[in-house]
Amino acid sequence: MTTPRTMFDKVWTEHVVRSNPGEPDLLFVDLHLVHEVTSPQAFEALDLAGRRVRRPDLTLATVDHGVPTENRAGGIRDPLSRAQIDALMRNCRNHEIMVFGIEDPRQGIVHVIGPEQGVTQPGMVIVCGDSHTSTHGAFGALAIGIGTSEVEHVLATQTLSQLKPKAMAINVDGELPLGVTAKDVILGIIAQIGVAGGNGHVIEYRGSAIRSLSMEGRMTICNMSIEAGARAGMVAPDATTFAYIKGRTHAPQGADWAAAVDQWGQLVTDEGARFDTEISIDAADLVPFVSWGTNPAQTIPVTGLVPAANDFTDPLEAEAAARALEYMGLTPGTPIVDVPIDRVFFGSCTNARIEDLRAGAAMLQGGRAVHPDVSAMVVPGSGLVKLQAEEEGLDLIFKEAGFEWREAGCSMCLAMNPDVLGPGERCASTSNRNFEGRQGRAGRTHLVSPEMAVAAAVNGHFVDVRSWR
Amino acid sequence: MKPIDVISGTMAPLPRANVDTDQIIPKQFLKRVERSGFGPYLFFDLAYDAENEPIADFVLNRPEYQGATVLVSGPNFGCGSSREHAPWSLEDWGFGAIIAPSFADIFYNNCINIGLLPVVLGTAEVEELTAAATTGASVTIDLDAQTVTSGANRYHFDIDPFAKHRLTEGLDQVALTLQHNADIETFETGRPAYLPSL
Repeated sequence: MTTPRTMFDKVWTEHVVRSNPGEPDLLFVDLHLVHEVTSPQAFEALDLAGRRVRRPDLTLATVDHGVPTENRAGGIRDPLSRAQIDALMRNCRNHEIMVFGIEDPRQGIVHVIGPEQGVTQPGMVIVCGDSHTSTHGAFGALAIGIGTSEVEHVLATQTLSQLKPKAMAINVDGELPLGVTAKDVILGIIAQIGVAGGNGHVIEYRGSAIRSLSMEGRMTICNMSIEAGARAGMVAPDATTFAYIKGRTHAPQGADWAAAVDQWGQLVTDEGARFDTEISIDAADLVPFVSWGTNPAQTIPVTGLVPAANDFTDPLEAEAAARALEYMGLTPGTPIVDVPIDRVFFGSCTNARIEDLRAGAAMLQGGRAVHPDVSAMVVPGSGLVKLQAEEEGLDLIFKEAGFEWREAGCSMCLAMNPDVLGPGERCASTSNRNFEGRQGRAGRTHLVSPEMAVAAAVNGHFVDVRSWR
Repeated sequence: MKPIDVISGTMAPLPRANVDTDQIIPKQFLKRVERSGFGPYLFFDLAYDAENEPIADFVLNRPEYQGATVLVSGPNFGCGSSREHAPWSLEDWGFGAIIAPSFADIFYNNCINIGLLPVVLGTAEVEELTAAATTGASVTIDLDAQTVTSGANRYHFDIDPFAKHRLTEGLDQVALTLQHNADIETFETGRPAYLPSL
């Protein structure tokens, strides 16, 4: 009898090019995604060493981090961002890599375009010089964020040298209550295990609540695995996964499709397989969450009160809470629903796919409009998501409500482009990180679901979407 | 990559948990296409006020910590993004090693890959070193012996043997992997036909 294995172990083992005791394994990389911020130094080193990209056919590039989301006809005004984007276009041309430039309708956030093009598939090893590469794990791929030295390594060798992480199972069973989204599932998980709770692990999200989610929802959850410190997040592929991939540009066709589905179906974790760590969460206990602090574990239920530093027993946590409260300009004991907001950012690789936009637009039914004191924007995850939304008329719903409707990119998730919070501005954001300065120096980020963000835009403060219908 | 043998000098204390990569190097400085020159922007939002004037009591602005070669900080150091700009900026400022009770995974790997030594010690040991740092004590990190010595205290640290080998020899991973080109070629011939190709 063979030992039962986890999905993670199966994908890992199938990609080992070389294994030698006392050394990290050398893994083959099926897909290398590239963007303009973490690649220029890698290409430079490659060129200086006189090396070529080993597998341009397994490499896909796009511009996303620094691109403007409005007035694109006027070009990129920031000379440094322009130089980075020019460098990516030049490097891709020199090395014959497919790249979606700023004028390409397929351009978008690197973690949105992979699944959209059908190049993200179950059982693959996918890497990118970006920590949110974990997103692609929603398809049952092992998707790992890497640094620039590793980007160079993958460009040169199509492999990654890695020590094998441990396996963690997070079981979410039961039915998600109305108004509780995939974003709330992952915020709830991070609140429970902490921002370092997943360190050294690959998480497999399991259980009936995960199975019932769409691919978009699964991507939202896997996306934020890194916010729990995990090396990657995965969901076993199933009929939902296959239906999402089928017919996409780079999906297997004809006989290949049957062979692929047959293989993908075998990727599930075997009955009785051992995980190093197991966590269980009852879906019925989950609620809409709002972050109050400056890391993604500093969250409270929407019905909660802003905590006080002395609510935390660990001295480092208490000190971090005190710093966060000061930075966020919040008074302990304040109901979070009483906190007024200035801005709403609806976008990012966490929550800017078509389903997110549909859910957000649905909240605006009945002629609801953005509160006069709030400035709100929607930044679709890709040019194709934007087009699809426009075909469905979602853009009109958002625009009539007073949202700005922008071009695709990372935008204010990390504010490398002109979309930046001003000092002290408070933002309800569908993105993934509420770090100090993340969305703009002295800017204040509250992480929420798309539904919660739209409700906050309309009311001018946070509201419980479960009672706001 | 420069081989690492012994790192000695003074320590700068930053006793905080979860120092994230946005704090280490804010995003407005990620637009450079070069690998060097990030040191002046290290911890920029903590080190400079809204008028870009130095904040006098920030640890790296204080005269007694100029020239420090080891940063001592809290658990989960380097969490957040994969930006290698974070270890580049620490190295460019002059640090040769970071001591903390734990590190975020990607940051840790990035440090190994550029030759910045990440040292994991126990929480109590890091607290002792933090206290020592505030008195201006010096420290010696011996990579081969896997020890950190400050005053009368000597601590042992663990490091993956292969990472240690690369750091002590200053070995570039790309060159190492290219020695196994035949293995990569063999693997490539066995990949399923349905996998995507661009």
